[in-house]
Amino acid sequence: MTSLAEIKERAFGPRVPREEIFRDPLRFLLPTIFIGVAGILLIISTFFPYWTLEMQAPQFPKGLEIQVYVDEMVGDVHEIDGLNHYIGMRPLSEAGQLERSLSIIMVGVVIGLLVGAVYVHNPCALILTWPAVLWPAIFLGDLFFWMWNFGTHLDEGAAFSNIIDPFTPPIIGQGTVAQFHTNAVWDTGLLIAFGASGLVIVGLILHRRAYKPLLDRVKAERAAEAIPVAEA
Amino acid sequence: MVAIATLNRRKIWAIALTMALVAVFAAVACSSGDEDDPTAAPAASAQGQLGGDAKSIAERRGLSDADIEAALKTFTPTGVMDEYLMFSSGGHSGQLHVIGMPSMRLLKTIAVFTPESWQGYGIGSNESEEVLEGGRVNGDEVLWGDTHHPALTETAGEYDGEFVFTNDKANARVAVISLKDFETKQIVKNPITLSDHGATMVTPNSEWVIEGGQYAMPLSGDYAPISDYQEKYRGMVTMWKFDRAAGRIDTTQSFAIELPPYWQDLCDAGKLVSEGWFVCGSFNTEMATGGNQDGNPPFEAGASQADMDYLHVFNIEKAIAARDAGKTVQIQGFPVIPLEVAASDGILHLVPEPKSPHGADVTPGGEYIVVSGKLDPHVTIYSFDKIIAAIAAGPAETDSFGVPVLAFDDVVEAQVEVGLGPLHTQFDNKGYAYTSLFLDSAVARWTLGGPYASLNPDPEWSLITKTQVHYNVGHIAAAEGDTVSPDGKYLVSLNKWSLDRFNLVGPLLPQNFQLLDIEGTGEEMPVIYDMPVGFGEPHYAQIIKADKIHAWEVYPEIGFNPLTGEIDPSATLAGEERVERDGNTVHVYMTAVRSHFTPEHVTVKEGDHVAWHITNIERGLDATHGFAMPGKNVSLSIEPGETITTEFDVTDDGVFPFYCTEFCSALHLEMAGYFLVEPSGS
Repeated sequence: MTSLAEIKERAFGPRVPREEIFRDPLRFLLPTIFIGVAGILLIISTFFPYWTLEMQAPQFPKGLEIQVYVDEMVGDVHEIDGLNHYIGMRPLSEAGQLERSLSIIMVGVVIGLLVGAVYVHNPCALILTWPAVLWPAIFLGDLFFWMWNFGTHLDEGAAFSNIIDPFTPPIIGQGTVAQFHTNAVWDTGLLIAFGASGLVIVGLILHRRAYKPLLDRVKAERAAEAIPVAEA
Repeated sequence: MVAIATLNRRKIWAIALTMALVAVFAAVACSSGDEDDPTAAPAASAQGQLGGDAKSIAERRGLSDADIEAALKTFTPTGVMDEYLMFSSGGHSGQLHVIGMPSMRLLKTIAVFTPESWQGYGIGSNESEEVLEGGRVNGDEVLWGDTHHPALTETAGEYDGEFVFTNDKANARVAVISLKDFETKQIVKNPITLSDHGATMVTPNSEWVIEGGQYAMPLSGDYAPISDYQEKYRGMVTMWKFDRAAGRIDTTQSFAIELPPYWQDLCDAGKLVSEGWFVCGSFNTEMATGGNQDGNPPFEAGASQADMDYLHVFNIEKAIAARDAGKTVQIQGFPVIPLEVAASDGILHLVPEPKSPHGADVTPGGEYIVVSGKLDPHVTIYSFDKIIAAIAAGPAETDSFGVPVLAFDDVVEAQVEVGLGPLHTQFDNKGYAYTSLFLDSAVARWTLGGPYASLNPDPEWSLITKTQVHYNVGHIAAAEGDTVSPDGKYLVSLNKWSLDRFNLVGPLLPQNFQLLDIEGTGEEMPVIYDMPVGFGEPHYAQIIKADKIHAWEVYPEIGFNPLTGEIDPSATLAGEERVERDGNTVHVYMTAVRSHFTPEHVTVKEGDHVAWHITNIERGLDATHGFAMPGKNVSLSIEPGETITTEFDVTDDGVFPFYCTEFCSALHLEMAGYFLVEPSGS
């Protein structure tokens, strides 16, 4: 009969014997630190804009700017919407409504999975950290989707529809829309999220280095136990 | 390679070190040259030192060194802001003009007493018409004014950039303008007289706005034959209480003081040592009544007989005390301190002043009052301390109305002969006073004495120089020149005549604002710019440091009513547009945004009354929309965030295209709609 502890070990990987922790505390502490800091960075990143679009035109000497956070859009949204109606683009607030409303919850889930990864000492930890590693890429993918969606689904009845062909504004770097020069910047929040990604990856490597030997040992022990049973 | 190879390591180091030292030395020399060497500037003070193109342009246009210097002092490149803003009365245009200095660019004309269609002022908007309603004279609409003397609000004697007042001499009215949106918020009509001149002047914290009258008349507004002039005609000065928090004059806290039927002229409030007092000059203390049609001397002669007129000296606290003690009488429903109370309670003293004077100006520290003689070539300087001492000593004489008169010799500090026709005096930060000379067509620079004597090397109380102006100067205005701390730098001569200064544009010539550089000392005081003024005869102006004004870029919130300072009950947001009928009144709740009104069709019936509420839902700078309705005398300006209402009766059926009058976008012409009026029978 398998004990509860045994089920736990099979699901979450081997637990570390106390004496082994004391022998090399850094080995087990480091992955936790890296993954933990990554989680904190992910929280911090939500307080900063992920993506900023600067727009310059002759009649806007101060320029227009829109800043996209994971959960909101700020800046000259009203003004840009006003301009966009000429080319038949839908109001920006209609883009990514679901994503923005769920984003903070999603950050919580991603961090929860990270915390889980710290306790899981087998290759499943890799799967649990994927959302955190991919978080910035998911953001950019979603952003690109909405840029494409909005830029290529213009109202053909709009006043300037004959001047502007459907387009997808670049999600990084310079672009041009009518008289506007645009500059898309991957902003602080996104860079922090990328940093968190990197920390998670490093944490995973350390995680593997810490627990792989234990896991191998347990497997070997199990294999050793299993052989006599088979023989019997 | 061989050569380098043959050098030993020590030599290479020596060469490298030497080169580095030379580079550092060169860098230091060049950078200090940029900062210190005046000849390094592309345009130097003399034509001969100008760079190639600039020199040939100056030669081709025949510009002298002085012209080039003047240009360099005033030219303001595109996008560069002016250091000062001048608020100039618009004279009988009834408006107030905002002019940047030193560029002398006209930035805006603020509609005050006269309707103005660009700003949609008094052309259909309920808000502006409510302001103009306050200016009705004996119940009649008066749609112009003769603005004379703007007064910026002050805090501790310094302009604070919050509000500006101005008067209408022709009808004795005072207006309040907010410098948040540069719009007129209130007009009050003086209830007891029909002309003012000593207005507007403020006390050092703008608690009171002084409105001194001009032509004496029966304060009751009733008829009295001119033969009863001395018995029944009276002068007056009104103390309007300014409620700064509300941004309005509080008429219920205001009162007036009855004065002898002299023609009171300009006033000025005391400051610092003389705070709590104010003065008003006067002329026609002869009490001439004119009548040249009957062979009597005309006013111009009759009012100019006496060698002395009276400077009126008022004690504000005693006036308030008399008001609070109920010593007022109600005239036309307004509390007025009777002349005998003003005389007996120490509210009013008279000081002899030569001769038919015009300006009465208090020095920055409040120590002196400078009176310009108009028909006397002197400025007469009174000591405030001496006036207080003479009042304390008890004046020996009274005028024919029982008002105590101080002895001239007891209170005068100095007299300076400045030239012919002195009118107004301003001050700088170097102990100089500047007085306009109408007949001499000049601005005189002279020195103050007392605490000001040490500020410049020139002897005190003496004329230093005069600069010719073109021509016939009235007021002058120096940068913050009537505050407790004038800036010096610039002075504007507000010339009545321009004669030969500009291209001829028919018999009605523009007037001429000339900018003088008063930065120097002694005789250096050149004219550096001429600005034609083609909008009426401006009188006074005040010049404020531009960074003291914090105007709104757009109204703070969508649906803002600039008159109430709150969200308008009829404010309409996007998606809330509608037309509602209430009996025969039709309310239109409309939004304006580039480049459409919503709704674009409005259909009513002949005989309806329409209340049309428009909200500009834009937040962008400069995204102003207009609204023009043909045949209804409606022109509105709806600035970003503003809600405005216009009401009119629909008397004829038909089709009326309305449109936006501002070129708000490339599709401005498309920003239009149809107002459809069905016949009443249909």
